[in-house]
Amino acid sequence: MADLRSNFVGIRSPNPFWLASAPPTDKAYNVIRAFEAGWGGVVWKTLGLDPPVVNVSSRYGAVQWNGQRIAGLNNIELISDRPLKVNLDEIRQVKREWPDRAMVVSLMVPCDEASWRSILPMVEDTGADAVELNFGCPHGMSERGMGAAVGQVPEYIQMVTAWVKQYSKLPCIVKLTPNITDIRWPARAAKKGGTDAVSLINTINSITTIDLDLMAPTPTVDGKGTHGGYCGPAVRPIALNMVAEIARDAETAGLPISAIGGIGSWRDAAEFIALGAGNVQVCTAAMHYGFRIVEDMISGLSNWMDSKGYRTIEDFRGRAIRNVTDWMFLNLKYEIKALINQDLCIQCGLCHIACEDTAHQAITREKDGQRHFEVDNAECVGCNLCMHVCPVDDCITMQRVDDGSFQNWTTHPNNPMAEKA
Amino acid sequence: MARKEIGDIAAGRLDPAQIARNFADVSPPLDRQRALIEASRCHFCFDAPCIQACPTAIDIPGFIRAISTDNLRGAAHKILDANIFGGQCARVCPTEILCEGDCVRNSPEEKPVEIGALQRYATDWVIRDRVPLFTRAAATGKRIAVVGAGPAGLSCAHALAMRGHEVEVFEARAKSGGLNEYGIAAYKVVDFSQHEVEWLLSIGGIRVHHGKALGRDLALSQLRRDFDAVFLAMGLAGVNAMGVGDERLPGVRDAVDFIEELRQAKDKSTVPVGRRVVVIGGGNTAIDAAVQSKRLGAERVTLVYRRSAEAMSATDHEQAFATAEGVHVIHCAQPAELLSSHGVLAGVRFEHTRVDDHGRLQGCGEYFDLEADLLLKAIGQVLLTDGLSEGGIDLLRLEKGRIAVDANAATSLAGVWAGGDCVGGKTDLTVQSVADGKHAAAAIHAHLTADREVQHG
Repeated sequence: MADLRSNFVGIRSPNPFWLASAPPTDKAYNVIRAFEAGWGGVVWKTLGLDPPVVNVSSRYGAVQWNGQRIAGLNNIELISDRPLKVNLDEIRQVKREWPDRAMVVSLMVPCDEASWRSILPMVEDTGADAVELNFGCPHGMSERGMGAAVGQVPEYIQMVTAWVKQYSKLPCIVKLTPNITDIRWPARAAKKGGTDAVSLINTINSITTIDLDLMAPTPTVDGKGTHGGYCGPAVRPIALNMVAEIARDAETAGLPISAIGGIGSWRDAAEFIALGAGNVQVCTAAMHYGFRIVEDMISGLSNWMDSKGYRTIEDFRGRAIRNVTDWMFLNLKYEIKALINQDLCIQCGLCHIACEDTAHQAITREKDGQRHFEVDNAECVGCNLCMHVCPVDDCITMQRVDDGSFQNWTTHPNNPMAEKA
Repeated sequence: MARKEIGDIAAGRLDPAQIARNFADVSPPLDRQRALIEASRCHFCFDAPCIQACPTAIDIPGFIRAISTDNLRGAAHKILDANIFGGQCARVCPTEILCEGDCVRNSPEEKPVEIGALQRYATDWVIRDRVPLFTRAAATGKRIAVVGAGPAGLSCAHALAMRGHEVEVFEARAKSGGLNEYGIAAYKVVDFSQHEVEWLLSIGGIRVHHGKALGRDLALSQLRRDFDAVFLAMGLAGVNAMGVGDERLPGVRDAVDFIEELRQAKDKSTVPVGRRVVVIGGGNTAIDAAVQSKRLGAERVTLVYRRSAEAMSATDHEQAFATAEGVHVIHCAQPAELLSSHGVLAGVRFEHTRVDDHGRLQGCGEYFDLEADLLLKAIGQVLLTDGLSEGGIDLLRLEKGRIAVDANAATSLAGVWAGGDCVGGKTDLTVQSVADGKHAAAAIHAHLTADREVQHG
């Protein structure tokens, strides 16, 4: 039986599944229910200085896709709209009742030293395990010079992180916004500021949909809408890449990462951990299905680790990082061809039309006057498109056909800047 | 209800409310959410097998994709442009042997996309709201006579009207629709056929004359003189005889009459049915008669077919439906004698049959009797040829009792085309008749416009 216990920059939790700072961690009631369900920890929904913010009615917009009700979720909710003391009292109470669970407190205060200096002792006094700096929120707060407004300026990140490290002994996690060009710059700044870890990604600037009757974005607030933060399954590939970028960057390599972004299953979590994440944070999946999803995340991860012989999270953490490389280092001699298993083929023809219209005209549509789909190896470039559009598992597989030799772009004759042998 | 030993035929065998429930829509429509879930199951196949399985070649993946984007008008247009009776076909097509039978989802899931139900979802609102989807081309001045206002005749009429021709339809009965109106189980087509016909006719350019039968009120030679073209689609108005005694015996009835009476009855509880019903036949008419008898409250309904289950023209789905409804099915037995008592039907004597080495049906010489108050004969319909000969001379060539046509639906008589059940040859399905009418319309239009080019040339 795999050991799922987690120690992330000194923050201990019985498993690596935390709830991200968001509505599910807004108050004691929810957090206690989450702990009862089995979540390893929470990042309490972001605290700010009083007076509290005010939230609008109509807060979420969803992207539905092919029957999936929430392929992506967008929100225009701000940070906690409850008085600071109420939150601090509840944090203290819950941490006392659930000492084995991770209690991290998300913070967002104005970008001045005094504000940060004032709030940190109050948080420390609750017995919380760590603070997470919300430099990511893309709406509402950024217009007030907080959230993403800080996260988009590496110098500010470094400055605020340094204040936090100066005025608190608690471990510090800097939460990064993806609404930037290159995620490595804010990560490097956080590291220079002395952070213990980064967490990413926060939500992505987005407009979910346009209501074509109202001619307004959703969620619509009295006829108008605004850009919000996009999350859920649709953003996971973006988050994976950003986590990988930080994990393989020479300046930030080894910086602990708490991964966030569309995680809803043990497999999603395992993928982020394979890219170096120490733990993961979940929000949208819990908002869609409730806290009980953690049961399968725990048993699924444990069973998969057992099947692979991994005893602890550390046994496989970061194992995929070395295989993430730059395009120019990929083997140009590697060659695969699609193979259609005629016994499994259901004759839908999607492989043919995809290849015929949009790829390489490498799949026939008939043979001896009969409907028949077969790959012409001479034309197939091994792009994988047919395999992806095929609705039958394992019907189209990619077969390796090269001789095992190696050459990448750095030495390729077509490269004007190729290294001379 | 008191039981009579003989001749127990009565209406209202069940509570009227129960009968009303029994004759409600057997396959209720999908709502938007269920339609979207079902639509999402369509793979949008290339050169889809379902299209090829449809006699009217509806672009099925295309209309399902339109449903999935809430483009219901686009979906309806795709369906009705290919098959003007798309609403009826959505209800009565044996989809399990047509589009759904060839759906790639049959393997490995064994659960095809519910194409018929989706087609109904896409078209019901058009008929209900009388949405005009088609317009007529400029008037050509050509006039075409159509004999029969069933699926073949009206499909042809609509396609010709769209092309700018004027169409006069001559229908023997009081209502249009043909078998859609008279010949299909009531719970399959609830309050629909007349609305569909009215919608179809709303395109304009089509006049329907009721009570006009070929050979009785109309002469083919006269139609040929009065019109630029004639399309014959009068269906099969006659019924086969069993040839086992006096079929005028009270208690013996044609299944098509029984089905028609049910369809035309507003209150089904007023339609009489036997306590013990025997249905003879192996097609969908036999199934419709048997199941409806059961649903009217017949105590015992036995369907007897002379050959094996595989040889029945009713689909497996229909056979299973009848069995599930409590119809007792006996295969390999043929009627030998009508048993009577006090001048009414008392039962039917059957002879077991077998098929010899040459595939011929033979009686085994072994007999059994079934008690029956009502015998419904469903052993096939035949073409009434009265109007097809004049002065003792055949006007056009017949083949196996049906009108012979070439690949362009043209009969042997110049200027006369034919389609639907009076032609036969392929299947006896509504959708085939619609396809025939559409096909003939294209041929007639090509012929008439070729004429015009010559005139102008």
